[in-house]
Amino acid sequence: MKGASMAATPGSIVHSPNKIRTLRRDKRVVVMKTVIKMLVGAGVLAASAATASAATLDDVKAKGFLQCGVNTGLAGFSAPDNKGEWTGLDADFCRAVAAAVFGDGTKVKFTGLSAKDRFTALQSGEIDMLSRNTTWTINRDTALGFNFAGVTYYDGQGFMINSKKLEGITSVMQLSGASICVQAGTTTELNLADYFRANNMEYNPVVFEKFEEANAAYDSGRCDAYTTDQSGLYGVRLQMASPDDHVVLPEIISKEPLGPAVRQGDDQWLDVVKWTYFALLNAEEAGVTQANVEEMKNSANPDIKRMLGTEAETKIGTDLGLTNDWVVNIIKATGNYGEIFERNVGSGSPLKIARGVNALWTKGGLQYGMPIR
Amino acid sequence: MATQDVTEDVSPGRASFLYDPRIRSLFVQIVVVLLLILGVWWIVDNTLENLRRSNISTGFDFLKGRSGFDISDQLIAYSSNSTYGRALVVGIANTLMVAVTGIIAATIIGFLVGIGRLSNNWLIRKIATVYVEIFRNIPPLLVILFWYQGVLALLPNVRGSYVLPFGSYLNSRGFYLPSPVWGEGAWLVLAGLAIGVALSYFVARRAKARQAATGQQFPVFLTSVALILGMPLLGFFLAGMPLTFDLPQKGAFNLNGGLNIKPEFLSLFLALSFYTASFIAEIVRAGILGVSRGQTEAAAALGLSSSQSLRMVVIPQAMRIVIPPLTSQYLNLTKNSSLAVAIGYPDLYAVGGTILNQTGQAIEVVVVFMVVYLTISLLTSLLMNWFNAKMALNER
Ligand SMILES: N[C@@H](CCC(=O)N[C@@H](CS)C(=O)NCC(=O)O)C(=O)O
Repeated sequence: MKGASMAATPGSIVHSPNKIRTLRRDKRVVVMKTVIKMLVGAGVLAASAATASAATLDDVKAKGFLQCGVNTGLAGFSAPDNKGEWTGLDADFCRAVAAAVFGDGTKVKFTGLSAKDRFTALQSGEIDMLSRNTTWTINRDTALGFNFAGVTYYDGQGFMINSKKLEGITSVMQLSGASICVQAGTTTELNLADYFRANNMEYNPVVFEKFEEANAAYDSGRCDAYTTDQSGLYGVRLQMASPDDHVVLPEIISKEPLGPAVRQGDDQWLDVVKWTYFALLNAEEAGVTQANVEEMKNSANPDIKRMLGTEAETKIGTDLGLTNDWVVNIIKATGNYGEIFERNVGSGSPLKIARGVNALWTKGGLQYGMPIR
Repeated sequence: MATQDVTEDVSPGRASFLYDPRIRSLFVQIVVVLLLILGVWWIVDNTLENLRRSNISTGFDFLKGRSGFDISDQLIAYSSNSTYGRALVVGIANTLMVAVTGIIAATIIGFLVGIGRLSNNWLIRKIATVYVEIFRNIPPLLVILFWYQGVLALLPNVRGSYVLPFGSYLNSRGFYLPSPVWGEGAWLVLAGLAIGVALSYFVARRAKARQAATGQQFPVFLTSVALILGMPLLGFFLAGMPLTFDLPQKGAFNLNGGLNIKPEFLSLFLALSFYTASFIAEIVRAGILGVSRGQTEAAAALGLSSSQSLRMVVIPQAMRIVIPPLTSQYLNLTKNSSLAVAIGYPDLYAVGGTILNQTGQAIEVVVVFMVVYLTISLLTSLLMNWFNAKMALNER
């Protein structure tokens, strides 16, 4: 585009046949440049696909850090704080995996990704793992070529409206004919279409690529309602000019199990990510916390000893391709699942989301860590 | 010839193949082509292998799948039950819509401003200069966001809509216009239009021939306008006025009915036209300046008025300078329309991106992008080259 406008810089036009011929040639150059630009784009895809090798764990170890794909700025899940540090549940999960691999939770580099770009980034090998409030669906598990390692947050899609502007709206069922802001490339966009169609309701979708754009449009009144995962709605609400004006409607129209994903065809790496998740849950269940993990190493409880790698002759960590103190490293870096939850989205955060279905199975929730044995 | 001399100078007798410049250049070309083919083959093979290894399917079969998402602006019928292929067509239609309307508007504004920059009137000249300097020096994305967030978003909400004449409204959800609903016999209007156009063409030819033969002039322009407007009107009345209007009406959230031009389209259209017009203005100015003063003076000496001389002497010659760079601007505008993605206008790039995200068919979608943009650009170039050839000097 730059080249093209240069080619036509009007100042350079003089009334001479030669010049006209040059200009015509320039135009051809413009077309060529576009073609080349696009070819290069496709080429990068093609070439980078080559780097997505099967042994991600070895690659990560060789690189010395984990490249983790996260959200561009969703409060509670992954957003840079005022010091530029990434905070949030998804960001902490990246740190947990880095701690498992390196014994050091800081060995992570974050890549902020829009909903639309995230899958290409993982497919092409630009990131080693995607931890970005991504819903586990069959399409993503199969057609897109990923594997999900677990569900770090059970969610569902909701709607938010500005109660100052729309008084008397208390249900999604009243939204027929409304304009609704939604982000492109999400399950949200698809559920929205299905839900309104199934209920014979009309709506005007206003679809944005970027999160901030969708938020700004909703805040400015371009849309009557905003829809995304409920957890996301709470995050979005905090970013509105006056958060108290906005209410989340009661309906939950879908299941949104959010979890980390890796590329298919690398079982070892999938195991590392999956068992990092289970380790976080098992630590919470066993009462192992960031504060007490050192003394827990001396525990007589065989489950805890096995988990923390203090059992004699243990091979659990090395079988995973890690060191035997991998769980200790994880918990030292981020704390257990409950600690991560409370710090980022729960009572210790501005979001104040209750554990609900995300409580441990022992407390009536759905979070269930497979046994480390 | 010269090269032959040189070879003879350096090595007397028959030069070896190695030093024959023609064979050498042929050889180099063959090697380069082979390397290129090898390179392309390597990329394709590598890609296919990697896609296979990551269990991603290839091919264009995915275009038949159900899209599952809705698109706000649709020039052709589309719903979330339609296929990905159809979604792409909707995107292409939207791209063409904004490109074509943008090109028309940019050309009009550009010519006005370009001529304005050469005006004798100080104020007009300065306004035109300021316009060009402002829009030419701001990135188009900013111009788009300026219109979207800075102008259209600040309009009142639906309840406080500005009421415009003829049942139109303006609010933060865009422009609402009455949309015409044609009834029985509407084809007579179209027929009238066709007859009007044909007649004016005929009149213009006759008038030209007459002027060449007798020197007498005929008011071709006014006659054509009368014919082109009058004939459809005649058809309209003959058919018994088969036209009603669908007026925008207040609904629960939005105005319903009528024609809604959304702020996403409006801001993209305005931004692209205003931005590109600043370049076109400069091209037009340069074109006019490129016509030598002698031509204007000669026209004046022949007794042509200044508007006649502009219309019949200067502009036709300036067009020859203007058209080639104008084509570049049209191509630019079309390609810049992919900035739509920043404000949620569903053009080809935005819709294609969503499809890419859902299906993971990155390479296929990029191929579609390339083919479509390339086709649009080549067609534009072709059209403009044809136009250029028509405007070229007729040497006598
Ligand atoms: N869970 C859904 C939606 C995830 C999603 O992208 N949500 C949006 C809205 S809350 C978001 O996180 N945007 C932030 C960004 O693009 O950086 C999915 O996986 O498709």
